Amino acid sequence: MNAQAFIPEINALICGFFVLSAFAMVVVRQIGACLGVFIAQSLLLALSAFVLGASPFSWHLYAVGIVTLLSKVIVIPWLLRRFVPGEIYTLREISQSIDVPTALLIALALALVGFVLGTRLVTAAPLLATQNVIVGLASLLIGALVLAVRREAVPQMLGILAMENAAFLAGIAIAPDFPLIAELAIAFDVPLLAFIVAILTRAVYRRVGSTAVGELAALREHPQ
Amino acid sequence: MSIATTFGLNLLQLAFVVGLAPLFSGIAGRWRENIQGKRGPSIWQPYRDLRKLFAKEDRRSESATWIARFAPYAVCLSPMLVTLLIPVLTDFPLFGAFAGDMLAAGFILGIGGFFLTLAAVDTGVPYGAMGASRTRMVGFLAEPVLIVILFAVSFVANSTIPYIVQQQWVHPPAHFFSPAHVLVLVAFFMLIIAETGRLPVDNPLGHFELAMIEESRVLDFSGRSFALLKWGSAMKMVVLAVVFVNVLFAPWGLATTPVLQALAQAIIAVFIKIVVLLAVLVVVETSFSKLRLFRIAEYLGGAFVVAVTAMIAAVLSP
Repeated sequence: MNAQAFIPEINALICGFFVLSAFAMVVVRQIGACLGVFIAQSLLLALSAFVLGASPFSWHLYAVGIVTLLSKVIVIPWLLRRFVPGEIYTLREISQSIDVPTALLIALALALVGFVLGTRLVTAAPLLATQNVIVGLASLLIGALVLAVRREAVPQMLGILAMENAAFLAGIAIAPDFPLIAELAIAFDVPLLAFIVAILTRAVYRRVGSTAVGELAALREHPQ
Repeated sequence: MSIATTFGLNLLQLAFVVGLAPLFSGIAGRWRENIQGKRGPSIWQPYRDLRKLFAKEDRRSESATWIARFAPYAVCLSPMLVTLLIPVLTDFPLFGAFAGDMLAAGFILGIGGFFLTLAAVDTGVPYGAMGASRTRMVGFLAEPVLIVILFAVSFVANSTIPYIVQQQWVHPPAHFFSPAHVLVLVAFFMLIIAETGRLPVDNPLGHFELAMIEESRVLDFSGRSFALLKWGSAMKMVVLAVVFVNVLFAPWGLATTPVLQALAQAIIAVFIKIVVLLAVLVVVETSFSKLRLFRIAEYLGGAFVVAVTAMIAAVLSP
């Protein structure tokens, strides 16, 4: 009984760390660290699903948690480590379209927008796990920023996946009884995306010697 | 409760901070070496250093003015004054509790830093002036973080008096587990690292003058002045740690009644809490390398963003 009363609280704690991980994604420079942040964020998502699935017991939320653990914590990092050349992870300075402090301030503004909109949304339609929606919306916008700012292939894809994580975090609070087909679609879709990006990155790196997407603006007939 | 009791307890808190500050820095120093696989100095080494320094002659450069003589006392006194404002051992407000709030505590700590900065320029050592300007850079970047953290805290607790914050901020479990709480803790932790000159902002053990930030200000001090500076910075660390563990993070285990047994328990509990915080700090310190100077702006900018998000979460929490 007592443990059940603590479920919303523990969930709110997880949400706090989740929004922190969204900011970390903007700040972190090295690609390896970026991947680490993504793994941590996916772990938090899975934890939130497990915690929310415990109180009114829900198989669907457990399925979401297990699918997240398998695909985003194990398979995707393995794919990226396996197929993207190792030198990329050790690069110190990665290419960005805006410098980190500016990106942080924009992330802050986006978080504000997310929090305001999320709070409106939650008061309009009362939910069990209000923090999930608010934090999910804010993190979704920050993930979009990562996608826009980073000009390297792998971090850009991690930005998409972070958006997806955030949407899921809000989703498990809005619709606890997910249709199974959505879970399975995610389970197959997302690793495939990672796989394709990894293979492409590998090919581009072999030919061009860099994965800075920002420098691939002009078309060239012959590689240098 | 009579004024005499609360005043006495205030003095007991002061004695706790002043007396144990070198021990805490000794423990941190020993663990730092242990983690790197070395045996490290005894945890009592800071006391021995202080005794040695107090016995030595206090030499001062010829061009130095009264500021260089006064600065060590200001550095040593400012954390002692702050100790009177914060709940070190007791749960109930003491004699000095309402003399100033957390912002005042921040400013009083700033006075010590201000005089030390002036003194570093005053002595005429070029490295001192360089360190002074760098410390100011870290300082003015850290200040907005502190203020926004206080905003976030006061939106929840409706006060910035540390004793009241301690009662309101984390006691209802919904407050303790809220996202705002997590974010405030992270921001304040980053702030402690910057304010006390630890890695990744500054390397307190570095001996390369061009890379120093905090330490280069004390290069030209010796004897009693140097001892006071060392003791003062150890006390500042303890004061910030006390605010972190007793006001913001885990306000449990404090004495609720002015009984001897309760106070003894509180001393042990607070000691353990600070030691745990030191352990985390030492792990963070040894797992990061020093940031380049202009990356410090990014580091504290990150802390600022986290603090502002905490404030937004605190204001908008449904």
